[in-house]
Amino acid sequence: MPLDKNQMAKRIARELQHGYYVNLGIGIPTLVANYVPEGIDVVFQSENGILGMGPFPYEGEEDADLINAGKQTVTLLDGASIFDSATSFAMIRGQHVQLTVLGAMEITDQGDIANWKIPGKMVKGMGGAMDLVASAENIIVCMLHTNKAGESKLLKECTLPLTGVKCVKKVVTDLGVFDITPEGFKLLERAPGVSVDEIKAKTEGRLVVEGEVPEMVI
Amino acid sequence: MNKVVSGPDVALEGLTDGMTLMVGGFGLCGIPENTIAALVRKGVKNLTCISNNAGVDDFGLGLLLQSKQIKKMISSYVGENAEFERQMLSGELEVDLIPQGSLAERCRAGGAGIPAFFTPAGYGTEVAEGKEVREFNGKPHILESWLRADFAIVKAWKGDTSGNLVYKRTARNFNPMMAMAGKITIAEVEHLVKPGEIDPDAVHTPGIFVQRIFQGSNYEKRIEQRTVRKRM
Repeated sequence: MPLDKNQMAKRIARELQHGYYVNLGIGIPTLVANYVPEGIDVVFQSENGILGMGPFPYEGEEDADLINAGKQTVTLLDGASIFDSATSFAMIRGQHVQLTVLGAMEITDQGDIANWKIPGKMVKGMGGAMDLVASAENIIVCMLHTNKAGESKLLKECTLPLTGVKCVKKVVTDLGVFDITPEGFKLLERAPGVSVDEIKAKTEGRLVVEGEVPEMVI
Repeated sequence: MNKVVSGPDVALEGLTDGMTLMVGGFGLCGIPENTIAALVRKGVKNLTCISNNAGVDDFGLGLLLQSKQIKKMISSYVGENAEFERQMLSGELEVDLIPQGSLAERCRAGGAGIPAFFTPAGYGTEVAEGKEVREFNGKPHILESWLRADFAIVKAWKGDTSGNLVYKRTARNFNPMMAMAGKITIAEVEHLVKPGEIDPDAVHTPGIFVQRIFQGSNYEKRIEQRTVRKRM
């Protein structure tokens, strides 16, 4: 069974390390905050100007002046701080944020990523994604392995306009976990019940499979 | 130095067709609601608007799009606005999409008198087309120029009559940099107070950057994504 979105978030949460400052993108990456492992202390950054972002507010306590980068109402944890957008991106470009998790429409076996534009169709803009991927030392992409037509989104070359080049380090899809290596997507773990053959069939980019690939325990 | 004007319509004196405006806010958070409404009343046209987002169809800068007063938008994310998308795809509206951090820094640079700077954001993408590339520490960076505006329109929570501003929570966002980068900066505030009522240590935007200030009214403060959790 491929992973569902919560399982993908849970798997990514295992990459969190004690003391990390972490920026989570919109969508599935936001769910990672729900699965921080016990004993691990991390601080979530939101690029619209928060360090120490907390959970959604209780009903009736929403504050229009306190939102995250996805424009959702949020809360602040004790010890949080607020800052302007230039300071926020100084944290990001200056590599003070240790981990970025974001979604993608396409990635390549060299770590290129496309996630902001479908020419002639969807133009939402890149938001902070280009700054994030150009700067973060550690970028995990969280995405479905294939599109609705069943075609691979893990490619040799992106077909869509790029967000960043040679920047993604790790990918978690609904089918498995991959490191981006000079040789291509290195399969580290399979989703429960998903075979190496299925992953091979659904990966257009170069795939590296070494020995027995363990099945993920989720 | 008293910078108080009676309201948004007076604050916009001198703003004419074809000018470049910076408008503070992130989504609908921290936007100058009163001044945007006054821009619609004023009916100025062919504006270039620099703002992180373009509002939603019926609120924020979306109002100026509906009335077709905007010729060009410079933004980082415009996803929540169907009219915007229609005008852009049909070619009625010029759009320059730039990375959010570059947008923030370009405004800051404009206010700080730094004509250009190198950033890694956008290297190897459409954003880098036509821009100088230089390597620093073995990594390619692109040259981005400052942004400045004829008018910057910002929203703060509290301000004093000399223009010192304090923002609330994430309504701060782009407002401080834009306040610095306007030839004329208009600040609308929820609470207008006398000098001395804001602790100098607490000032986010020093009054030197603000030319006109007024107390706004009837703030709607619309929430785009109301997300809550249940009480246990």
